[in-house]
Amino acid sequence: MTNLDLTKPTAELAAQGTPLLEVDDLRVEFRTRSGVVKAVNGVSYSLGAGETLAILGESGSGKSVSAQAIMGILETPPAVISGGGIWFQGRNVLEMSAEDQRRIRGPGISMIFQDALSSLNPVYSVGFQIGEMFRAHRGMSRKAARAKAVELMDRVRIPAAARRVDDYPHQFSGGMRQRVMIAMAIALDPRILIADEPTTALDVTVQAQVMDLLKDLQQETGMGLILITHDLGVVNEVADDVAVMYAGEIVERGTVDDVFSRPSHPYTDGLMSSVPQVEAKGGRLRPIVGQPPNLADIPSGCPFHPRCSHRRLGAEAAPGRECSTDVPPLRLVVPGREAACHYSEEVLGVRAP
Amino acid sequence: MGRYVARRLLLTIPVLLGASFLIFAMVYALPGDPIRALGGDRPLSPAVIAELRERFHLNDPLYVQYWEYVKGLFQGDLGTDFRGRPVLDTIERTLPVTVKLALVAIVFEAVIGLVAGVLAGIRRNSFFDNLVLVSTTLVVSIPILVLAFFAQLLFGLRLQWFPIAGTNEGLYSYLLPGLVLASGSLAYVARLTRTSLAENLRADYVRTARAKGLPNRTVIVRHTLRNSLIPVVTYIGADIGTLLGGAIVTETVFNLPGIGREVFNSIRSQEGAVVVGIVTLMVFFFIFFNLVVDVLYAVLDPRIRYD
Ligand SMILES: Nc1ncnc2c1ncn2[C@@H]1O[C@H](COP(=O)(O)OP(=O)(O)OP(=O)(O)O)[C@@H](O)[C@H]1O
Ligand code: SF4
Ligand SMILES: [Mg+2]
Repeated sequence: MTNLDLTKPTAELAAQGTPLLEVDDLRVEFRTRSGVVKAVNGVSYSLGAGETLAILGESGSGKSVSAQAIMGILETPPAVISGGGIWFQGRNVLEMSAEDQRRIRGPGISMIFQDALSSLNPVYSVGFQIGEMFRAHRGMSRKAARAKAVELMDRVRIPAAARRVDDYPHQFSGGMRQRVMIAMAIALDPRILIADEPTTALDVTVQAQVMDLLKDLQQETGMGLILITHDLGVVNEVADDVAVMYAGEIVERGTVDDVFSRPSHPYTDGLMSSVPQVEAKGGRLRPIVGQPPNLADIPSGCPFHPRCSHRRLGAEAAPGRECSTDVPPLRLVVPGREAACHYSEEVLGVRAP
Repeated sequence: MGRYVARRLLLTIPVLLGASFLIFAMVYALPGDPIRALGGDRPLSPAVIAELRERFHLNDPLYVQYWEYVKGLFQGDLGTDFRGRPVLDTIERTLPVTVKLALVAIVFEAVIGLVAGVLAGIRRNSFFDNLVLVSTTLVVSIPILVLAFFAQLLFGLRLQWFPIAGTNEGLYSYLLPGLVLASGSLAYVARLTRTSLAENLRADYVRTARAKGLPNRTVIVRHTLRNSLIPVVTYIGADIGTLLGGAIVTETVFNLPGIGREVFNSIRSQEGAVVVGIVTLMVFFFIFFNLVVDVLYAVLDPRIRYD
C-alpha cells in the first residue's frame, strides 16, 4: 500500500507549494519490428497545485505519449519507458507496484482525451461509467455511485442530469460527451488533470464552454492542469506556463506571455509567426516548412536543424555549437526562460553571454 | 421493438411457403419412382401401385400436388409418408435427438471456442495463439463429412473412447458427434473472439478504463470482453440454423435417429412429404434464430434500435 494520502481534498494542498508532479528526463521509445521509435527524449517539468502547464507542438512531437507515460497507460510492449523518473507527491511512480500505480489513476492523476465518443464505452450508460470511479476506488455500491454520477453531471453542467444519467454516450452531443469525460476525470477530486486536446473535436462555441468549465473546476478544486493542445488561443487564455515540444523534447519553456511575445527558439518562433493573431480563438498551428522528423531516425545535433532558418553549420558555427553535430541542451536563456537552441540569444535579440 | 418482432414473424409465413414449394419441386424433380421402390425385392402389383399413386396425387401436376399439401398444412396436417405414418409423428420422434445433438454442439462451440479465442486474443503471438490459428485453419478446411468419418475411426474404432454410432449410451453418445458437428463453427468462434478481442483491446475506451484506475480484471472483463462478445454471441445464435444443416451429415455418419438422418433417408426413398416437412422446419428454425439474434443484438448493444 502506498503511504500517499489521496483522500484529502486537493484544495487543501494548494498552500503547501511543493510540486505535485515532477517529470525528470522522461524517455519513451516504441520497439517495433521496423525499428526503435524514440517518441519522448528527455522531457522534464514540474507542476504544482492550481498551476496550468500547456504543452504545445506539432503532430507526432510526443505530447500524448509523454502524458500517457505519466498516467501509466502506455501499452507495453511496444512502448518502453527507457529512462527518467515520474515523481508524484514526492514518490517515484515508476518504482511503484502496478497496483499502487493503479490507485493513483483517478484520485491522483486523471486524464481526458480528445475524442469523447470513442473514449467512452458505447455499451454502458454514462452514469455507470462515471460511477465506476467510486465503485473501483471508494468501494461504493452501484446505487450510491449512480447518485454520485448525477451530482457530477450536474457539476459539469449537463442539463437534466438526473434524467440523463442512464443514457448512453451516443445519445449525447459532442460537447456533452466531453463533459461526461470531464465528470469522470474529476470524480475523485484528482491532484492533477491531464487534458489531451480536450476541445479539438468540438465546435468553436462548444470549445469555449468546455474550456471555461475546465478553468472553473480548476479554480474550485485547485488541481494542477496539464493542457495538451494545438490551439494557441486556448493556451494564451488559460495557461500559466507553456512547454513547446519538438521531436520528443521540450525545446522551449517559460510563461505563456513571455514565450508568445518573444520566442527564443526558432521552432517556437516559426509556430508564432504562422498564426497571425495568437489571441484569436481557434488560432491553429500552421505547419512550418519542412517535414516533421522521423522519430526512428532523429537528425543528429539539433533535431530541428534540417528545418531551421537560424542554423549555423560548419565554419559559420561557433565552437561547440555546430547545429548538425552538437546537441543543444535545454538551458536558461533569460530568467524564467529555457530553450534548447545554440543561438537563442540571437533569436531573442539579446546579446550572447 | 415489439412491432419489429411482429413484422418479422409475419414475414416468415411467405418465406416458409416459398421454401416449402422449392423443396417440393426439388423432390418432384428427382428421377425414379418412389412407389415402385416401396416393395423392395418383391414388386408390387400394378393395381396397388396405381392405387397408391392416386392416393398420393402422384399423377397430378406439381402445382396440384403442392396445393393438396398446403391445404393439409393449414389444417395442421403435414401429410403422411408412403407407409401411412404421419410426418408429424416422425418429427416428434426424431426432433429430440437433433435438439440434444445441437445443444451439445452449441455448448462445445461456445465454451471451447470462446475460451480458446479469449486466451489467444489476450496473448497475441504467443505459442497458444499460434496453436489456435493453425488448428482452426485446419479444422475449417476439412469438410465435415471427412471429419466425421475420421473422428469415428480414430476415437470410436481405434481408441474406443466413444461409441461409434447410435444413442445407446445416453448423453455420452452425443459427445463425439456433437464435437464433429460443432468443429467448424467452434473454429470460427475462436477466430472471431480472438480478432474481436484484439481489436477491442486497442479501443480508446479501454485506454480510458485504464486511465480511470480500474483493476485489470475489470478493464478486461467489463470493458473489453463484454464489447468483444457482441459479434460472437450473435454469430453463435445465427449459427444454430447452420448446425441443423450439418446435422444431416453428422447424424447419418453416427447413425443418430434425428431429423437430419431422417431427411437423408427420406431423400433417398423420395418420401416427399417427410423431406418437405422437415426441411421447412429447418428453414423455420433458421429464420427464428436469426430473429432472436437480431433482438439479442439490440439488447447487447444500446446503439442498435429497430424503430
Ligand atoms: N504504438 C506505437 N508504435 C509506434 N510508434 C508510436 C506508437 N504510438 C505512438 N507512436 C509514435 O510516437 C510519436 C509521438 O506520438 P504522440 O501521440 O505523442 O504525438 P502527439 O504529439 O500527441 O501528436 P498529435 O498532436 O497528433 O496528438 C508519433 O510520431 C508516433 O509515431
Ligand atoms: S540549435 Fe541551431 S538548428 Fe537548432 S534551433 Fe538553434 S539555431 Fe536552429
Ligand atoms: Mg496526441
